[in-house]
Amino acid sequence: MPALVLLGLFMIYPILWSLWMSFQTGRGMNFSFGGFANIVRLSQDPIFQRALGNTFTFLVIQVPIMLVLALLFAVALNDSRLWGRGFFRTAIFLPCVTSLVAYSILFKSMFANDGVINDALLTIGLISEPIPWLGDPFWAKVVIISAITWRWTGYNMIFYLAAMQNIDRSIYEAARIDGVPAWARFWYITVPLLKPVILFTSVISTIGTLQLFDEVNTITLGGPSDSTLTLSLYIYNLTFKFMPSFGYASTVSYVIVVLVGILSFLQFMVARDRRR
Amino acid sequence: MTASDQTAELNPALAARRLTPTFNVFGLVRRGIVYLLLSVAAFVSVFPFLWMIVSSTNTAADVLKGKSTFGDALWNNIVTFFTQVDAPRIFWNSAFLAIVGTILTLVISSLAGYGFEMFRSRLRERIFNFLLLMLSIPFAALMIPLFIMMANLKLINTYAAILLPAVASIFIIFYFRQATKAFPAELRDAARIDGLKEWQIFLFVYLPVMRSTYAAAIIIVFMANWNNYLWPLIVLQTNEQKTITLVIQSLSSAYYPEWGVIMVGTILATLPTLIIFFLLQRRFVEGMLGAVK
Repeated sequence: MPALVLLGLFMIYPILWSLWMSFQTGRGMNFSFGGFANIVRLSQDPIFQRALGNTFTFLVIQVPIMLVLALLFAVALNDSRLWGRGFFRTAIFLPCVTSLVAYSILFKSMFANDGVINDALLTIGLISEPIPWLGDPFWAKVVIISAITWRWTGYNMIFYLAAMQNIDRSIYEAARIDGVPAWARFWYITVPLLKPVILFTSVISTIGTLQLFDEVNTITLGGPSDSTLTLSLYIYNLTFKFMPSFGYASTVSYVIVVLVGILSFLQFMVARDRRR
Repeated sequence: MTASDQTAELNPALAARRLTPTFNVFGLVRRGIVYLLLSVAAFVSVFPFLWMIVSSTNTAADVLKGKSTFGDALWNNIVTFFTQVDAPRIFWNSAFLAIVGTILTLVISSLAGYGFEMFRSRLRERIFNFLLLMLSIPFAALMIPLFIMMANLKLINTYAAILLPAVASIFIIFYFRQATKAFPAELRDAARIDGLKEWQIFLFVYLPVMRSTYAAAIIIVFMANWNNYLWPLIVLQTNEQKTITLVIQSLSSAYYPEWGVIMVGTILATLPTLIIFFLLQRRFVEGMLGAVK
């Protein structure tokens, strides 16, 4: 099958190569075997630790917010008596059709110092002076997190909606006649039945966030003072911005591989545990 | 006990009605909150699109000041955009990569997904499970060796460098395999009895039945290709080959970005995916339903 040949050539071969490379040191195309030198360098590299910390902050805060929102919207839109379902569904999904770069540009302009967001917040009196969105380490993170949430909530919602259509309506009818309140129906019927989909979305969101690049490269370039630098952006900088250091960059990229592995495994364990 | 209570007890329809929350005040308030939240969410979702359109009619200074009414700089912005960059060229580059990439990906990956489901064997199951594990390998880990590989093959600055690694997509193979589970095996058996060859079954029986699945896959793959940024950023380094995504990004990272002009480019970059989405929207939802089952 041609698919397998291509995958072998452009996926499996490179991944092994990059494992081998992560033990190499040197600049440009001159490699020499460095053993664990790169791992030692990793443990002493403050910028790497910064990038790792930032990536984790994005992961821990953004993914849960987004998935909970997506689930709530899906529940609301799954109600067949709701007026304007099609409109709401399309509107909330709409951000997914924009390219990561295009929406990042929009957010960058909206969050300018005198920009439309500050204007709106000042007008309704929520803040008394403009927030330096992109100039402050904390607020820059907030901008990145809101941007990703805006882009991906509708995407996850579609997965939940699709899965909810497969749940037999008579279960809800039975529960309602037995007097089970709405929140309990959600918690004890919807959530357990959606568990495989929730697991799927949380795994792909985790992978996506660990690879965060386009948004930070467009909105903040990792700044201010590396407060939004992510692992992927750091790898890119190591490889293509500074004097290329392919070996060390490969080591950093393997940190992402290992993290994805561990986190996916943990999520599978949590999902299995709660099934008992 | 009043007469009406008795009727309610005797009449199951009325009793059920009393239990339905929509008929009390609490239910009304709850529905109100639901509508309010959905409206806020819809507004937040749509606002950046409106902002994009409004800003394309304003000057850079007005965009930065947060001016949210239409201005009169639209024509000026369009002219500047078309003189600053070779717009037809970069638009064509993006379109070419996205269309060719989508066709190749669908052909190769849907065949693979079909094959995995229709011709099962223990070895194929093993390979498939291995592929699923590979699904979680982040692109960042492939980027560097792929780049060196493309450099060695002298493929830097060619579209082959973009297309080759992308057309066998594990995600799409997985998606088609899942969807194929819903394809009735009787249909295939009937076709075999009628003497159709395997490729004929795929082309004339499977393809038409799976229209919705293909539509959803087209949306997913086309958008991914059209919007691709990091890999083209690395392997396309000449101006003649740049895609629209690369161009608007580099315009926006200027020290004094010309926001109104950039917005024209952003609209151009967003329109194709928007149109494809609205054309295929109904099939898209159907296709997703088929795959999640």
